[in-house]
Amino acid sequence: MSFITGVGLTPYGKHEGLTSLDLMSKAAELAVADAGLRRGEIDGILCGYSTVSPHIMLATVFAEHFGVRPSYAHAVQVGGATGLAMAMLAHHLVDAGVVKHVLVVGGENRLTGQSRDASIVALAQVGHPDYEVPLGPTIPAYYGLVASRYMHEYGVTEEDLAEFSVLMRAHALTHPGAQFHEPITVADVMASKPVASPLKLLDCCPVSDGGAAFVISREPTNTARVKIRGCAQAHTHQHVTAAPALSELGAEIAIAKAKEASGVAIPDVRYAAVYDSFTITLAMLLEDLGLAKRGEAAARVRAGHFSRDGAMPLNTHGGLLSYGHCGVGGAMAHLVETHLQMTDRAGNRQVRDASVALLHGDGGVLSSHVSMFLERV
Amino acid sequence: MDKPADWTTGQEAILYQLCGACGKPQYFRRGFCAACGSTELIEKRASGKGTVYATSVVMRAATAETRAHVPYNIVLVDTEEGFRMMAHGATILKIGDAVTARFATFAGRLVPYFENST
Repeated sequence: MSFITGVGLTPYGKHEGLTSLDLMSKAAELAVADAGLRRGEIDGILCGYSTVSPHIMLATVFAEHFGVRPSYAHAVQVGGATGLAMAMLAHHLVDAGVVKHVLVVGGENRLTGQSRDASIVALAQVGHPDYEVPLGPTIPAYYGLVASRYMHEYGVTEEDLAEFSVLMRAHALTHPGAQFHEPITVADVMASKPVASPLKLLDCCPVSDGGAAFVISREPTNTARVKIRGCAQAHTHQHVTAAPALSELGAEIAIAKAKEASGVAIPDVRYAAVYDSFTITLAMLLEDLGLAKRGEAAARVRAGHFSRDGAMPLNTHGGLLSYGHCGVGGAMAHLVETHLQMTDRAGNRQVRDASVALLHGDGGVLSSHVSMFLERV
Repeated sequence: MDKPADWTTGQEAILYQLCGACGKPQYFRRGFCAACGSTELIEKRASGKGTVYATSVVMRAATAETRAHVPYNIVLVDTEEGFRMMAHGATILKIGDAVTARFATFAGRLVPYFENST
């Protein structure tokens, strides 16, 4: 068994003068306090990576900086799927009795610590060094390729994709920590600058500074009773050139295995937290996960299905698209928000029922997937 | 492994490997077949003909060298020989188009460039 016993999240956006370690520490401090623990009780540390401050031993750098001496610590790197992959590993570590309390932390000054171009160049390196990178692709281009094919096969339009951006922005407006606070419309998304067709600026998540953390424990430490019911991964490829057919992507494999591991079915789910690096990512994943029929996710957005008061509230903090994306911490914010919803602490964003939640993360170009079910017990 | 004499090293050619054991083609060069592990690989030269699988026209490039080429179309092409490759292409290309490769210079390097087959 494992429980998420504490969560911590900084606002996303600009944090001038703060380093990746500063942002990780802020979030970690909040999460440890939220769990009602003292630093000394943390015996496991998992952390992600920082593209601004790469280090071969980031977990021990962080442990020393934060002032803990864990009996288990290392970094994890699975791109955007890192946060949930760490949560999965922490779940298994405490379940196996290796440690009692794992502090999972991610944070990066990705916006102010480097130029946006430097960030785009760094991220494009997920491409193949010989067969892709020399062609000058960008991360939006990798996802633009997938989008072009998805739209071709399933009749999805650019206006459909824009709906996801508008939804995430509407949610961000209700969260003071979100990077963006101006409402947008489908017309605004359609009129935003082209980046890599069919994706435009407002189809893309921003680059942010921020930090997120959570504590995963073998037993509850406070009144929060958020249990990890089950989780699973799938890795089908790294490079988009080597990706399988759209019908064989990893999200469907991971969710099938997570359902089996947890005994949870999609109709049981009351809240969804799904990776949304681009509008196409969210549209595809919702459909791959079974939260909408093929080609119908946008219609469900228009019908209010994924809104706070809808049948399946989704990324109520605003997601990567509008809360912000600081790298590893980006998708960890989805888990933090899920925890706040499940423990009735989401304030004006609170949904009616978040008793069972589905989380899904994606790394690379739909390369690595982690699906996870949480339940309030 | 020796460096391939193909566009990745500045030669006007698209090469791939065909597995002598299981018959699968692979584009990313390795010392073994990723499908079955066999080391019986036959180096082949592709015809340059194929069908467009996906396209994305880059309008926002990340480096000074690539920015000079904006807009440029990144395409995935399913080749006649059965492997998929990334390349550049004419901006008018659409999914499903039959295409043929030539070579172009991009950011100081040779790259495959697909156009509609005539």
